[in-house]
Amino acid sequence: MPVSQIEISENLHEAIYRTVGLTKVYGEGAAAVHALRGVDLVIPPGEIVVLLGPSGSGKSTLLNIIGGLDRGTDGEAWFEDQNLADMSDAELTIYRRDNVGFVFQFYNLMPSLTARENVELVTEIADDPMDPGEALALVGLHERTDHFPAQLSGGEQQRVAIARAIAKRPRVLFCDEPTGALDSKTGRAVLKVLKEVNETLGSTVLIVTHAAATADMAHRVIHFADGDVREVIENETQADPDEIEW
Amino acid sequence: MSPLDRKLLRDLWRIKGQAIAIGAVIAVGVLMLVMMTGLVSSLEETRKAYYERYRLAEVFAPVTRAPERVVSELAALPGVAAAEGRVTGAALVDIEGSALPLQARVVSLPDFGEPKLNDVYLTGGRRLEGDRTDEILLLQGFADAHGLVPGDTLRLTVRGARRDFRIVGLAQSPEFLYVTAPGELAPDDARFAVIWMSRTAAEAAFDLQGAFNEALLSMARGASEAAVLDAVDRILEPYGGQTAYGLEDHVSNRFVTEEISGLRTMSTGVPPIFLGVAAFLLYIVISRMVEAEREQIGLMKAFGYNNREVGLHYFKLVIVIAAGGAVTGCLLGIAAGNAMAGLYLEYFKFPFLIFQLSPGPFIIGFLTSILAASAGGLFVLRRVFALTPAVAMRAAAPADYSGAGAFGSALNRLLDQPSRMVLRRITRQPGRMVGAMLGIAAGLALSGAMIAVMSGFDETLGIAFGVIDRSDVTVTFTDARSDKILLELARIPGVKHVEPVRMVPAVLRNGLKTHRGAISGLVPRPRLNRALDSDLDPIEMPGSGVILARPLADILDISPGEMLTIEVREGRQPDLQVPVVGLADSLLGSPAYMDIAAINRALKEPGRVSGAYLAIDASQSEAIYSRLKNMPTVAGVHLKDNARRSFQQLMDSGAGAMRYVMALIAFVITFGIVYNTARIAQAERERDIASLRVIGFTKSEASFVLLGEIAVVTLLALPIGAVLAFFLTFGVAAGFSSDLYQIPAGFGRADFGMAALAVLAASLLSGWLVKRDTDRTDLVSALKSKE
Ligand SMILES: Nc1ncnc2c1ncn2[C@@H]1O[C@H](COP(=O)(O)OP(=O)(O)OP(=O)(O)O)[C@@H](O)[C@H]1O
Ligand SMILES: [Mg+2]
Repeated sequence: MPVSQIEISENLHEAIYRTVGLTKVYGEGAAAVHALRGVDLVIPPGEIVVLLGPSGSGKSTLLNIIGGLDRGTDGEAWFEDQNLADMSDAELTIYRRDNVGFVFQFYNLMPSLTARENVELVTEIADDPMDPGEALALVGLHERTDHFPAQLSGGEQQRVAIARAIAKRPRVLFCDEPTGALDSKTGRAVLKVLKEVNETLGSTVLIVTHAAATADMAHRVIHFADGDVREVIENETQADPDEIEW
Repeated sequence: MSPLDRKLLRDLWRIKGQAIAIGAVIAVGVLMLVMMTGLVSSLEETRKAYYERYRLAEVFAPVTRAPERVVSELAALPGVAAAEGRVTGAALVDIEGSALPLQARVVSLPDFGEPKLNDVYLTGGRRLEGDRTDEILLLQGFADAHGLVPGDTLRLTVRGARRDFRIVGLAQSPEFLYVTAPGELAPDDARFAVIWMSRTAAEAAFDLQGAFNEALLSMARGASEAAVLDAVDRILEPYGGQTAYGLEDHVSNRFVTEEISGLRTMSTGVPPIFLGVAAFLLYIVISRMVEAEREQIGLMKAFGYNNREVGLHYFKLVIVIAAGGAVTGCLLGIAAGNAMAGLYLEYFKFPFLIFQLSPGPFIIGFLTSILAASAGGLFVLRRVFALTPAVAMRAAAPADYSGAGAFGSALNRLLDQPSRMVLRRITRQPGRMVGAMLGIAAGLALSGAMIAVMSGFDETLGIAFGVIDRSDVTVTFTDARSDKILLELARIPGVKHVEPVRMVPAVLRNGLKTHRGAISGLVPRPRLNRALDSDLDPIEMPGSGVILARPLADILDISPGEMLTIEVREGRQPDLQVPVVGLADSLLGSPAYMDIAAINRALKEPGRVSGAYLAIDASQSEAIYSRLKNMPTVAGVHLKDNARRSFQQLMDSGAGAMRYVMALIAFVITFGIVYNTARIAQAERERDIASLRVIGFTKSEASFVLLGEIAVVTLLALPIGAVLAFFLTFGVAAGFSSDLYQIPAGFGRADFGMAALAVLAASLLSGWLVKRDTDRTDLVSALKSKE
């Protein structure tokens, strides 16, 4: 429910993301779709945050905006002390290059690059990246590094996408349904990797998912509906991915 | 190698078919440019070297009879480097089996040693020996045409006396690269001979002992030609000088110059059009190719690649294709230029070739293609960059067809689902469709213009020899004589109509612009040889004034109403002031027409004719020819069929021959364009087609979505292409026109039909190739990999 003004100011110095009245409208007039309706949200650094909500509620839209891939129609989106809404395209590019790793809902691998090369695409321009092979090993794909996306299953493609996202050791990792296409065993393995990244690198990890049980491993769970935050729950304890019910 | 470069290589490999097609289009555009310029500069260099090596004179001064000592006077003139006198004159060659008398020009060579000027290039046999008066050298072209070889005997009639000579050698000369019988426009090796004999023999034959009737001069570097000509004229005046002239007025040289400059006009006029069309295609294709990469561009940007890095990646792709094409084009262009120069070498009868390349066209071709290609790429990149990565990556999501739902239920009921898909796509993505359409239209225009020009050549011949000249035979007399001779001709059985002509050699002058040619005096309403206006209606000869062929008026920069100076080069050589009263579309040569009575009056020589056009009964031609052959006053007899054949040959082996090469290139480009359009459509539709297949459509039904689109675009492109072709034809026809002949610009229905057929054929072939590929497509991987 609405977070009080005091809480926001208290959390201000330590929030990695903070949005104020963030709005996103697709289209115009009668055809306008209000994907985000004034989202106010605070995300502290170093947490695993799980975003839950029905399909079409605006989760991907929010991720895209705070990930610097898209711009809101109105409102503010702060990354630490910078308002993403005020950044130029070039500044957003640098912001993404330096801070953010993405796992997209539709994997979005480069079809003409092998698994390893897809990871290299990111490590090339990162400051202190992992070895691409190491990143792929983390997601259990060390044997398929020279395969092209078309030769991989959906779940394997998704794991390549995750390897690609973590390989640059990002400060923030955005994962849009990272386990949607995976069976429980690989799903757990992927979540373990995310948790490990969170613990060892201190990355803030944002996970969008439909699997409500994933929420158990999060520090904070945001319930999303109809373009706005319904509820934010802070978990006292975080379950180990192995314990998560699938 | 960075992953992006690896992506580049794999992408190139994936689109290799298309990349090669684009590269080929660029390559032929550049090829043409490089080939043409290389050819022109090589021919020019070769001609220059040939002239220098064989010491071609720069000034020619015909004179009636000048004593030999005058040569030293000429040599002493300021600005003159060397001078030589020689004896030259007309002769008839009697070849067994030839119904018509063949005209020849006799030229003397010094009895001993090589000539100072106008040396000959011996191609067979040996040179003349001393003052042996029965030996001759024969022009190789003529000898070849009649199967004559050294050792053979040739019977000549000079000034009425018949004598046999022994051919000791065959020769070529820069002075006689082209030989044209007097009164004809097109050269014909078989019908005009050049014969070299010793000075002693020539003096005897022409009764010029101790004298010469033509002076040859070369000039010192930097000397003024006008001053030398003036001085020479002054010295030769008392001996019957007929006005000296420079190389630019020399018949053979003028012909070669005309042909080379025809090639040059073409090389500057036509290849840019081709390259322009190729560049336009490149622009369209590259922009669509980059458009297809939208999602991946968005992805790269999402990872933090900036615009410059992404732009550079696609720029490299463009460069590889464009530069690959341009370099291939340059190399092929050099090879083709070399090969063409080899062919022209024979045509021009140059004894050697100096192949010359200039870097200019190389650079122009290279830059044009790269600029066009990068413009196409940049244009799209800028659009993609303007999107946020999130939106760019969404491109794979269904394109927005929502506005297209409003076709009306009537239309919906009429069309089946695949047809609706085709229609929606065309109406929903009008930008792409217009691009594809314009590309195909440009391809059609290029082929269409070339087809129109090809038929223009036929039209020129048809009009020149069917509408303008309706005679069967042209007779020229040894000199201008009383028109009573016409009665004599008319009396020959089988001669149906005789029409007089008075040809008067003259220099036409308008201020500083001059042209050395002749005035044709025609009867007021000629029936056999007529001047026509642009509507092909005959022009009646005005009582006074001159009618100029359009290109001649251009050369002289004169228009109707202005006064033209006619410096007559015959008889008393008067200067006449005559108003230009009209322009004629003559298509061949650049004649100037006057009323025959008017020109005779101006020359104060009433009732004179120099030749006649005859209409004859074909069944009696043999008898007529032999009568003409035996008339001493007849210098030459030309059959229109021969003239037409010579012209056809000229057009097919001279500069005009390029039309075949260019038409071929035009077809290659047109096919490249159509094929590319089909390939791009295929790439854009691959997933749709796979989806259709998956939900149960047959291969044919699914490819209909693609082929239908290609068909609609092609059909829509036809009318646009026709309009473009109409305008393009003007440029191309002008490029092919020269002073020797003009090609009318007209894009007719038949031309359009041919061009449309070519485009449709290209379309069908491309459609078939594309369908073959889509039928083979692996459904699963097509659906899996997003493109
Ligand atoms: N480019 C767009 N144009 C128009 N509407 C859009 C666009 N992108 C998203 N939307 C709309 O915005 C709303 C939110 O979309 P979003 O993708 O954020 O949903 P989501 O919560 O991620 O759903 P899912 O769980 O299915 O992925 C949806 O109603 C969607 O239809
Ligand atoms: Mg989503």
